[in-house]
Amino acid sequence: MSNEEIINKLKPIITTYAPVSDALDNLNEESDFIKDLNINSANLVDIILDVEEEFGITIDNTSMEKMLTVSASIEVIKEKLSEK
Amino acid sequence: MDNRVVITGMGVVSPNGVGLENFSHAIKNGISGIKHQQLLSDLKFSCQIAGLPDVPPALAAQYFTPLELRNFNSTGILYGVIAGLDAWQDAGLKINETDEPFWDYGMVFGAGTSGIDRFREAIYTIDKLEIRRLGSTVVAQTMNSGVSAYLSGKIGLGNQISTNSSACCTGTESLLTAYERIKTGQATVILAGATSDSGPYIWGGFDGMKVCTYKHNDTPARGSRPMSATASGFVPGSGAGAFVVESLKHAKARGAKIYAEILGGHANSGGQRGAGTMTAPNSTAVQRCIVKALENADVEANDIDTINGHLTATGMDALEIKNWTIALNRKGSDFPDINALKGMTGHCLTASGSIECVASVLQIHQDFLFPNVNCEDLNPAITELIDAEKIPQVMKSKKINTLIKASFGFGDVNACIILKKYNP
Repeated sequence: MSNEEIINKLKPIITTYAPVSDALDNLNEESDFIKDLNINSANLVDIILDVEEEFGITIDNTSMEKMLTVSASIEVIKEKLSEK
Repeated sequence: MDNRVVITGMGVVSPNGVGLENFSHAIKNGISGIKHQQLLSDLKFSCQIAGLPDVPPALAAQYFTPLELRNFNSTGILYGVIAGLDAWQDAGLKINETDEPFWDYGMVFGAGTSGIDRFREAIYTIDKLEIRRLGSTVVAQTMNSGVSAYLSGKIGLGNQISTNSSACCTGTESLLTAYERIKTGQATVILAGATSDSGPYIWGGFDGMKVCTYKHNDTPARGSRPMSATASGFVPGSGAGAFVVESLKHAKARGAKIYAEILGGHANSGGQRGAGTMTAPNSTAVQRCIVKALENADVEANDIDTINGHLTATGMDALEIKNWTIALNRKGSDFPDINALKGMTGHCLTASGSIECVASVLQIHQDFLFPNVNCEDLNPAITELIDAEKIPQVMKSKKINTLIKASFGFGDVNACIILKKYNP
């Protein structure tokens, strides 16, 4: 799965938790969930659960901690997909 | 110098009406909110009727964001937030749009449980060894102070934010606590009230104790019968009531409408001594609570013109009336008018005191007495103590000056508050 395909699948998940903003409209690999997208840190765990469901993967605690940006998330998703 | 304390806004989510206008219409016309509940029937409850407020998803969406409503399953928070925000708006107060909390505005909003249905889902998830799929929303929805946390954040309150809990006294106690905090100058506005979860997991415990009626599953509107000779147990209910309680000075300065003044009150316990137990009241404590409330409010028993009783439609109703006659030293034709809301709503448990105080304040503000329903066959043990005409069964126009309201709860606890028509 390409980075672009993954971002397209991530966008609706992230939109659920992020307030409306320019950063959300311009979601890209550099976007930081908390700093750029203003997502409540408590919701990061919900995003991960939705990602697991969307991609059919399981994300361990260590990988979860890395998922603070879109690029880090893409990396974890690719890694878990390859392990399937 | 103590502040005078007034009520300047109200909101209500009651089985017989959501919103002040619907609720006011319902209580004036004796409209029942008690209906047969198929779920209770399916679960083989003895009592299959209950008072459940009608809150469709479109209404909930006016008070919560789509994100908040995701995996949301807490009726207590739902009802409390609607009543609380309605009260805030009714008082003409604003949502805080700045980064600075409203330091002088706080909240005391009671609850008995929170999100009991959400809690049940979480327990099943954990027991299926799927705790990692629990998500982030369980704590906020199931902590007892959830209702205060949601509401205070929506408004931006910065004074004390607390959730009180004292069984069926909770609602009346919250109003009393708000009064005390404002009287002593620790806050200028307190959003007070109480909420109760609905559904089988909150009502089941009472069904198990056999304190709810099983005789009216086919006649729900007739089921809750306070002061009736055929009262056969309470009907469970749920909902929320809310008040903006404010110093008179602050209310006048901003030109607020004033519904009524809070003169004072008292809360106590029978200590589960004497006749008092976990579930039965110690009458000495009940009478003392009423007497102390009068003292605290500096009101003579003879000045009371209306009582809003606790009166749940169990065998205890006659004892409650007896306690009122002793505490006020008034009986027969000298007894004040008395009414019971639970005939229309059922017993809304933690929220009962708040919903009934909303009804009481509406009566004071709009000069009426709502009718007692389902007591056409008054309990003779009650009419031995007070004249039947003191228990009006049709709505009456009446200018109420001083109303006393009491609530009694499990654990042998009592709360009593005295409300007065506002007189500048």
